[in-house]
Amino acid sequence: MKLLELRHLSTHYVSARGARVTRAVDDVSLTVGEGETLGIVGESGSGKTTLALSLLRLLPPAARIVSGEIWFEGEDLLTKSHREMRRVRGKRIAMILQDPLASLNPLFTVGDQVAEPLRVHEGASRGSAWARARELLRAVRIAAPETRVREYPHQLSGGMRQRIVGAIAISCGPRLLIADEPTTSLDLTIQAQYLQLLRDLQRDRGLSMIFITHNLGIVARMCDHVAVMYAGRLVEAGPVARIFSSAAHPYTQALLESIPRMADGRKRLTAIDGQPPDPVALPPGCAFHPRCPKVLDRCRKEAPPEVRVAASHTSRCWLAS
Amino acid sequence: MNGSGPAAGSSRAAALTLAWRFASFRSEGFPVLPVLILSVLVLVAVFANVLAPHDPEVGALGDRFRPPAWQEGGTRDHLLGTDHLGRDVLSRLVFGARVSLVVGFMAVIFAGILGTALGILSGYLGGWVDQVIMRVTDAWLALPALTFAIFLAAIVGPSAMNIVIILAAVYWTRYARVIRGEVLSLKERDFVRLAIVAGCSKRTIMRRHILPNVVNSGIVLATLMLGVVIVTEASLSFLGVGVPPPKPAWGLMLADGKKGLMAGYWWLTVLPGTCIMLLVLSANLLGDWLRVKFDPQLRQL
Repeated sequence: MKLLELRHLSTHYVSARGARVTRAVDDVSLTVGEGETLGIVGESGSGKTTLALSLLRLLPPAARIVSGEIWFEGEDLLTKSHREMRRVRGKRIAMILQDPLASLNPLFTVGDQVAEPLRVHEGASRGSAWARARELLRAVRIAAPETRVREYPHQLSGGMRQRIVGAIAISCGPRLLIADEPTTSLDLTIQAQYLQLLRDLQRDRGLSMIFITHNLGIVARMCDHVAVMYAGRLVEAGPVARIFSSAAHPYTQALLESIPRMADGRKRLTAIDGQPPDPVALPPGCAFHPRCPKVLDRCRKEAPPEVRVAASHTSRCWLAS
Repeated sequence: MNGSGPAAGSSRAAALTLAWRFASFRSEGFPVLPVLILSVLVLVAVFANVLAPHDPEVGALGDRFRPPAWQEGGTRDHLLGTDHLGRDVLSRLVFGARVSLVVGFMAVIFAGILGTALGILSGYLGGWVDQVIMRVTDAWLALPALTFAIFLAAIVGPSAMNIVIILAAVYWTRYARVIRGEVLSLKERDFVRLAIVAGCSKRTIMRRHILPNVVNSGIVLATLMLGVVIVTEASLSFLGVGVPPPKPAWGLMLADGKKGLMAGYWWLTVLPGTCIMLLVLSANLLGDWLRVKFDPQLRQL
């Protein structure tokens, strides 16, 4: 039994009178096993964040989950009431947002904020929640947690604040942690530290993680599996080693070629031509065909189905079938 | 920075420096005089029974229209003279401070609580709740405040408590507007989103994450509103629909004294008028200072 399984999930944004439909997430199926890390990669606007928000059912009012199932620990999250969903959020699925530095309320002490999910979800008393908060700060390697709990966010450095956001996320012992580009606002050295911390927390607590990023370097370091999104669709998914060594989809290949490598010497980086497609008016057939270097006639007319390239490696490309 | 930069392009820098100096001058210049006046008035209101030499509501008809002590015909006994019923003006001013401040503070607080609550609901919940509250607010703001207050006063009848309720009912919209605007920007902040992701209910988020963050603006607004509310109370009393007569309200004293103005009984109008002006001006200056101090946009300068 997988911890999380999405089956043919589609989330659309519908304009006010229903005239325009944006398929932000289109027929996405994927799984995350116990203790596994899945990296979701894609350009801005490819639907990564919408996918994560669909999981928590926290979509903006214009967005609808139009079809699909979200199985988490044996339950379909889409059949749950709002009240039941609130008990899932923060308790069983936690999330770290894009800008952890802005994620703390400036008016409350660190202890108050780390203790908040415990009090909301477990009805812990103030005293015991604060004691747990101190332990959590120790777990995220904050020096002198006894004094730090009583401090306010502005008294802490960026790296510390971000570790505190991590502590809030793991406070209720979630099974799944969704991290939406958690390191984009940080210095490189602190990024590395933070990623290491997340890995250690994951190993110690048997967490599963979904790591949303556009940094393939992070994916290589952190993830067991990768899912590549393009224009709302999952174009390729599989184990990290396999994707990095033998990507089947031209988009994935192009992404891999655009990573700078020290060993390459003077070779120029290859950029992907063109712009990401307008999500409201996707090109017919395969959405990537206008930019694809290996485009076939068939790609312009028919969208390719999901093809199994190898065990647990799938691709949506005519070349792979 | 004076003259250290090259001549070209320094005019912009100079202008910025000037603007910065102006802003810091304004935000650092603690309003000593207004705070002093307000403190004195508050102390006078609190210790009115000790300070007032006479009963403010009982006069001696034989002592009518006595001028202040330093004028011819004035006595030491009535330092600021007496009115048309022989009541001591000083005592009435002292007790009037109590009426003005109690009514003013209570009205500002009630209006603040009501307006802040509705502003938070409106801003955070959005949708039809927002539509209803904001359209009511628009309609409210379209009515002239004083006329509306007179209308309400005519319905419920005069009493100090009714005046408080009327003023709160007239002025809550100012808070609702401002607070809603603040909430709209607050709810997009990441710490509110994190609270949502962490499974907090809407009520918890409004109480724990939104409310504490709008209290600042609420207090600044309340200080600015204090002046407006006190003037309105004085106007209502002046027009006879405010605090009912034997009570010593400054607006009421103005109304009683205006007939004597042509006869030279200047102290009956000038003194309460000065008191109203000092109180309102002090409240406004303090409010302005607070606004500059706490307004994040001005603070960044």
